[in-house]
Amino acid sequence: MRVGLGLPTTVPSVNAELILNWAREAEREKFSTLGVFDRLAYDSWDPLIALAAAASVTSRIGLATAVLNGPLYNTAALAKALASLDVVSNGRLVVGLAIGARETDYAVAGIDARGRGQRLTEQLLALRTHWEEGQPGPRPAQSGGPRLLVGGLSDAAFARLARYAHGYLHGGGPPKLFARAAEKARAAWTDAGRPDKLHLWGTAYYALGQEEVEAGSRYLKDYYAFTGPFAEKVAAGLLTSSAALREFVQGYTDAGCDELLLFPTVAHLSQVTRLAEALG
Amino acid sequence: MYSALLLKKDDPTRDITLLDRNPSDATYGWGIVFSEQTLASFEKADPASYHDITSQFVKWDAIDVHYRGQVVRSGGHVFAGISRRQFLNSLQKHCQTAGVHLRYWTEVRDLSEYPEYDLIIGADGFTSLVRRTYEHIFQPSLAVEAAKYIWLGTRNVFEAFTFLFQENEHGLFQAHCYPFDTHTSTVIVECDEGTWRRAGLDQATEADSLAYCEGLFGGMLSGFPLLSNRSAWINFTTVKNKTWHYRNTVLLGDSVHTAHFSVGSGTKMAMEDAIALTRAVRQRRDIETALADYEMERKPYVEGIQRAAQQSRSYFEHTRRYFCLEPLQFTFHLLTRSGRISYANLRLRDATFVEQADRWFADRAFQLYGDGQTPSVAPEPAHTPLRLRGLTLSNRLALSYPSLDAAVDGAPNDRHEEQLSRRTVKDAGEVALLLCEPCAISPEGRITPGTVGLYRREHVRGWAGLVAQIHKTSAAKVGGVLVHAGRRGATRPRREGLDRPLRDGGWMLLAPSPLAYTAAGQVPKEMDEADLRQVREEFVCGARRAHEAGFDLLLLHMAHGYLLASFLSPLTNRRTDHYGGSLENRMRFPLEVFAAVRQVWPDSKPLGAAIPATDWVKGGWGVQDATALAQALQGSDCDLLTILAGQTTLEAQPEYGPAFLTSYCDWIRNEVRLPVMATGGLATTDQANTLLAAGRADLALLNPIP
Repeated sequence: MRVGLGLPTTVPSVNAELILNWAREAEREKFSTLGVFDRLAYDSWDPLIALAAAASVTSRIGLATAVLNGPLYNTAALAKALASLDVVSNGRLVVGLAIGARETDYAVAGIDARGRGQRLTEQLLALRTHWEEGQPGPRPAQSGGPRLLVGGLSDAAFARLARYAHGYLHGGGPPKLFARAAEKARAAWTDAGRPDKLHLWGTAYYALGQEEVEAGSRYLKDYYAFTGPFAEKVAAGLLTSSAALREFVQGYTDAGCDELLLFPTVAHLSQVTRLAEALG
Repeated sequence: MYSALLLKKDDPTRDITLLDRNPSDATYGWGIVFSEQTLASFEKADPASYHDITSQFVKWDAIDVHYRGQVVRSGGHVFAGISRRQFLNSLQKHCQTAGVHLRYWTEVRDLSEYPEYDLIIGADGFTSLVRRTYEHIFQPSLAVEAAKYIWLGTRNVFEAFTFLFQENEHGLFQAHCYPFDTHTSTVIVECDEGTWRRAGLDQATEADSLAYCEGLFGGMLSGFPLLSNRSAWINFTTVKNKTWHYRNTVLLGDSVHTAHFSVGSGTKMAMEDAIALTRAVRQRRDIETALADYEMERKPYVEGIQRAAQQSRSYFEHTRRYFCLEPLQFTFHLLTRSGRISYANLRLRDATFVEQADRWFADRAFQLYGDGQTPSVAPEPAHTPLRLRGLTLSNRLALSYPSLDAAVDGAPNDRHEEQLSRRTVKDAGEVALLLCEPCAISPEGRITPGTVGLYRREHVRGWAGLVAQIHKTSAAKVGGVLVHAGRRGATRPRREGLDRPLRDGGWMLLAPSPLAYTAAGQVPKEMDEADLRQVREEFVCGARRAHEAGFDLLLLHMAHGYLLASFLSPLTNRRTDHYGGSLENRMRFPLEVFAAVRQVWPDSKPLGAAIPATDWVKGGWGVQDATALAQALQGSDCDLLTILAGQTTLEAQPEYGPAFLTSYCDWIRNEVRLPVMATGGLATTDQANTLLAAGRADLALLNPIP
């Protein structure tokens, strides 16, 4: 199983220098991918700008959106932006998409949240079509375009995944929850008769160091405040030691995860090397 | 009461009043049952009431099933019971000690009479006034279930959770019985409405009903009579609500969610609601936010229990269907009815019971399908033989392979050979049956340009080579599937996404009606008599070639929205001739094809069909239709059914999960009594064993992890 690292673009007090150094450091430490979140109504960076910046200071590490709130974007423009990012990064992009859980994002964007599931399904097909045809250009660096991963826990999410995507991106939780979601993804995939590989990705949060753990926990409770009681659960799941990280990684490996993205909860550059050391 | 207690103890400065329309010592019902594992959270929430209540528990670990004059007992389950009266008395005492104001004989008629309260909790049962007051906000759905039941008691103290089944000239009655103190048990008697009316119970007085039920179950009560507590025959109502709170008002317990009594979770859920509500109120300064938190926390858990309860309720509404099963299998089926307990779980609870079930299953299998000699250690059901016509399968496991979309002009090649070389399942070894990817019966019947076929001589040679290779190097048998893609044809390989029309190199599509599958898809030609005749002929030729190529078993694909499936479904078949309209008409063409194939497919080899259980679309094909189709196929000497679902139209709303097609499989197999191969989210031998031991399927079709 590969381990990727999140860019702290949604963590408070982050500046350009930090993000660029973070990307360089992550590549040096041989993390497989840099991931970004997408949240409109929050003090966070635009995910595509962040990945473009990271692309410009790296050459090997993968770049992934984990996940874009697809229905908030105009599809043709999104196809163009993602294709451009794939070109800018020399074909290192993976695109994770979901419908987005936050009503405020839709409100701020002035987009109706109703029907977003259907729109995302259509968007997946449209993105592939745009990239295959190179219309609107540019043609992505990767043939047929970057791989698409779908997030979500509803049956509809698994159905659209099996129909148009290449894999599944789980939003976080203990290995047991990931395993359950992976099982559903496989069920949908085989039911649809897909002969190609189902990519399974997971996400999790970490913080290493005494004050980082406290700050990280506070950050998660704020970031997930809109979920009510789940904020506590997410914060409780924060991985804060080498032992916890290794056990978690093993659990995900056993559940068949192909790639796990570990997201930081504090924007201290040292978190990159500390994670690499903790994972061994 | 529990929420009043917890909220008061959490902050004694709170002023809490409980309003109950009943007198303080009244109670309905008899006993309450818990499964022990669920109680740790109660101990944590309030140790004092927990210890008081649990000290009064009667506990037991067995389930008895009385069926066909036999009693089958299994152990290792954990139950605790207490009388409702004692339970409420205990809580009352603790409430009083804590300083909760308890006001009995107080009917609440209008919530606006209580403006001084910061929080109003409606724990007023499934007819909840509180819920009805803000119905337009809560948006309840109240589903009155079909069966009739009456909640009685008896002085007979059962040793185990006991299920009784008794048939008479009026119909089938069943009873759910469990002890709840040292001298009383609950007895819930249940039957369907038809039976209830035929027995005259719709006109019966309380005394009459008691006498009738005693007539049914008297023999199992050790001479004790049945007792009533203003008991009446009612229907269970499944309650759900879109929202659980409004401003300062919240619903809790049965008022907001009910789950069929057969999973014994009502009280437990209500108490857990109380715990979550107390925590939410403690953590949030603002009441409305606290109530939102509470709802968000509890909903997923409650929905999970309600799903299991629906499975269980459905089981008890249709128990008659399973009367074809022998006692050990019937019991295994009952114990695993809600989907939460598997073969492996049961084995941990009671190894002896499972061994007995294994022995019974294996003896029968080896008797019917083997050489009559069961090995001295009975194998698990998955490792017993099955015979269909002249074909003997050495175990009950099969593998199905996704279409590679790698053929050229329908010819199989090295890639197909390589795929078929993967024949083993983790922990189980080699499977007995390999089911090849569906073969098109004509070039236009292909799904994609890469679909394999059985429409040219060259194909026969190709498949014959593959099949011979498998027969030479293993004991596995090879099954073929014949398909005509219908309106899902002429599409791109599936690794590029499903149902994407070919940009060039496409071909004309055939279907019962001129309806394209996707908005951008080709509109198919509405088949005329000549087309129908030709396709029928192509299936027949395909079957002949399949036999020539050495396939041991053949299935016709009548599901997933391909040609034959699109005749079945009213969503895709708008014909006005005798191939469209009524169910009988819509089944006509697929049945004609089946009968024609049966004529040329050798008598010694099994012939089956993959049929849809449901379209997963309102107004589409459903499981009752599937049952009718299965019966008709049975009449045509069909040997095996595989149950699939969905993909008839893009509007399908599938329900995924492990073993997600199992309940359909179970229904059809036992309603029609035809061998069934289960598939859909099956990956482990434990799942296979669970299905087989319970009589839900005869074969388990697994998908290898890609």
